[in-house]
Amino acid sequence: MALVTSDNHGLRLAARYATLSLVALIFLFPLVFMVVSSLKPDQQLLADTSSIRAFLPVGDISLDNYVKAFERAPIGRFMANSVFVTVTTVLMSILLCSLAAFSFVFLDWTGRGALLSVIVATLIIPFETIAVPLLLLVSKLPWIGLEGLETGWLNTYRVQIIPWIADALTIFLFVQFFKDLPRELIEAARVEGASWLTIYRRIVMPLSGPVVATAAILKSLTMYNNQYLWPLIVVQDEAHRPVMVGLGYFFQLQIAWGEVMAYLTLISVPVIAFYLVLQRAFISSIASTGVKG
Amino acid sequence: MTLTKTTLGALAASTLLAGGAAAQTDLSLWYHGAGNEVESNILNGIIADFNAAQSDWSVSVESFPQQSYNDSVVASALAGNLPCILDVDGPVMPNWAWAGYLQPLPISEDAIEGHLESTIGRWDGEIYGVGLWDAAVALYTRDSTLEALGLRRPTLEEPWTKDEFMAALDAAKATGDYDYPLDLGTAWTGEWYPYAYSPFLQSFGGDIVDRSTYDTAEGALNGDAAIAFGEWWQSLFAEGYAPGTSQDPADRDTGFIEGKYAFSWNGNWAAATTLEGVDDVIFLPAPDFGNGPIIGAGSWQFGVSSACEHPEGAAAFVEHALQDKYLAAFSDGIGLIPGTKDAAQMTEKYAEGGPLAVFFDLSAEQSLVRPVSPGYVVAAKVFEKALSDIANGADVADTLDAAVDEIDDDIETNQGYGH
Repeated sequence: MALVTSDNHGLRLAARYATLSLVALIFLFPLVFMVVSSLKPDQQLLADTSSIRAFLPVGDISLDNYVKAFERAPIGRFMANSVFVTVTTVLMSILLCSLAAFSFVFLDWTGRGALLSVIVATLIIPFETIAVPLLLLVSKLPWIGLEGLETGWLNTYRVQIIPWIADALTIFLFVQFFKDLPRELIEAARVEGASWLTIYRRIVMPLSGPVVATAAILKSLTMYNNQYLWPLIVVQDEAHRPVMVGLGYFFQLQIAWGEVMAYLTLISVPVIAFYLVLQRAFISSIASTGVKG
Repeated sequence: MTLTKTTLGALAASTLLAGGAAAQTDLSLWYHGAGNEVESNILNGIIADFNAAQSDWSVSVESFPQQSYNDSVVASALAGNLPCILDVDGPVMPNWAWAGYLQPLPISEDAIEGHLESTIGRWDGEIYGVGLWDAAVALYTRDSTLEALGLRRPTLEEPWTKDEFMAALDAAKATGDYDYPLDLGTAWTGEWYPYAYSPFLQSFGGDIVDRSTYDTAEGALNGDAAIAFGEWWQSLFAEGYAPGTSQDPADRDTGFIEGKYAFSWNGNWAAATTLEGVDDVIFLPAPDFGNGPIIGAGSWQFGVSSACEHPEGAAAFVEHALQDKYLAAFSDGIGLIPGTKDAAQMTEKYAEGGPLAVFFDLSAEQSLVRPVSPGYVVAAKVFEKALSDIANGADVADTLDAAVDEIDDDIETNQGYGH
């Protein structure tokens, strides 16, 4: 009987792993296709799309597409711009949104519930509806820089960073997480005479690793992958362009698909690396907050 | 003392040098060719020559990816951040002129004498843009295909009639050798639809809008001629003459070369690649569907933005860029049709007897620019959707009526677009 049970267990385990492997393969196929295609000349790439060869590094394999991609566009500059804008925005966003959430959850002030509702309600407003008013605003805003007072934020990093620091989703994530923290900790700290800022810095944030990871991943994906329309309309000089606008360099009359795949592979590296570093915290946060990215 | 003299001397020299450099007034230029290394190199060469050839103006270029160029310009116009010289696509030019993004280009008629008319952007009686090249579409096939099917070779003077064209497709279909007799390139979307397919409609006797008034599409896009066009268009897909809107882009790129199609409706920009892959490729003129053989026309042009304080400087640059040697360089570099006959003779492919010379003649003889109206940018999108719907089986008359309503609503909303 014990032998039968063990066999059943083994079969179930095998079935489970087979299913999981299949699902993993489905998710991996696009990435494999992208990387493999980036190594093939265009004619072979297009011919292989109708067979399993599309996912196999076979035929005339080389790094030529990468060489040509670097010749076609300043990829290093675009990636550096995107990484700088993303990292800066994410860091400032985590700081400001967590402070806002801290205030909503732990401080007692009139209207906080209503204001939080209004902030969360902004989630339903698509960015496209506010893009033009925001463009008109930032084109007239003053700025004090190294060269003194300037007017207009166009063609700068700040115009790609500042409007994206505070957002409803990140505040909401922090609010939900902070609500589940043990109140006793906060009250004990208050009794001991700790200031609100000390509680935020010494108690709340050290306990918020999972939500910080979630917010960082979601925000960085938004900033790195989805920043197309906004930089397109506020950044005209090449020196400040991010990777998504740079993708347009590869869509000429005759599209060089191999180079497109090479470019996509290159710009995916920071995103995948960032996710791999934070994946444990991300999964833990999903389990605790129920948020799906 | 010596040190002081030296310092003063150096200061004076640097001031003079700086003064010399500052004498050239900066003119910014926006261009749609980011990512096209050959095109960028030629343009940079033209700019370097211009900056060195005179002391009044200094042009600096900022290149944008073509697919997002128009959006960037419109956004910059809203933000009051336009450059001096703008690159503008021919059919879009009237919209930008009407919207106030462009001012007339103060260029003399002498400077554009001999240029293909389709390279001159005229709106409201003024020249707003001049292009260095044009593009043309032809019916690609093989000499051996015509011979095997026993078909007459059409010429500019005597193109195929509709019946001859359909007989050619039937003959190709009957062989069973092809996936489809005709590749129309439906895998490409956007401006390709009005550029490549509205000439069929015009050859039937219809149009996207009524060009006599430009205040309606009624009658032009839903009259008898347009309905006849729509029914013919639908039959191409319903009866298996051409792949539909779900055509694989890979087949569009290589299908004709691989022998999947007997005929392909394609632009001159694809001709060089096809010449490499098909020994006996020939480029035939558009068929005549009753109102003459017609192909689309109008490509990128240089214009002056309304924000430019030195239109005379912009015009000086455009006149400089219009030299035949530059038109020929662009043509050799990126394969487009040079704007003048003299420039064509300087090229490898468009010179008389060259493999692509026919495209220059097609452009000169058969081309018709898309409707010259600010409303074209909207009408083009409506036209594209209507053709796509009809190809997918939508009722022809209802679809064209709906398209007319949409175009007319837009014209009315914009108070006739200044016509």
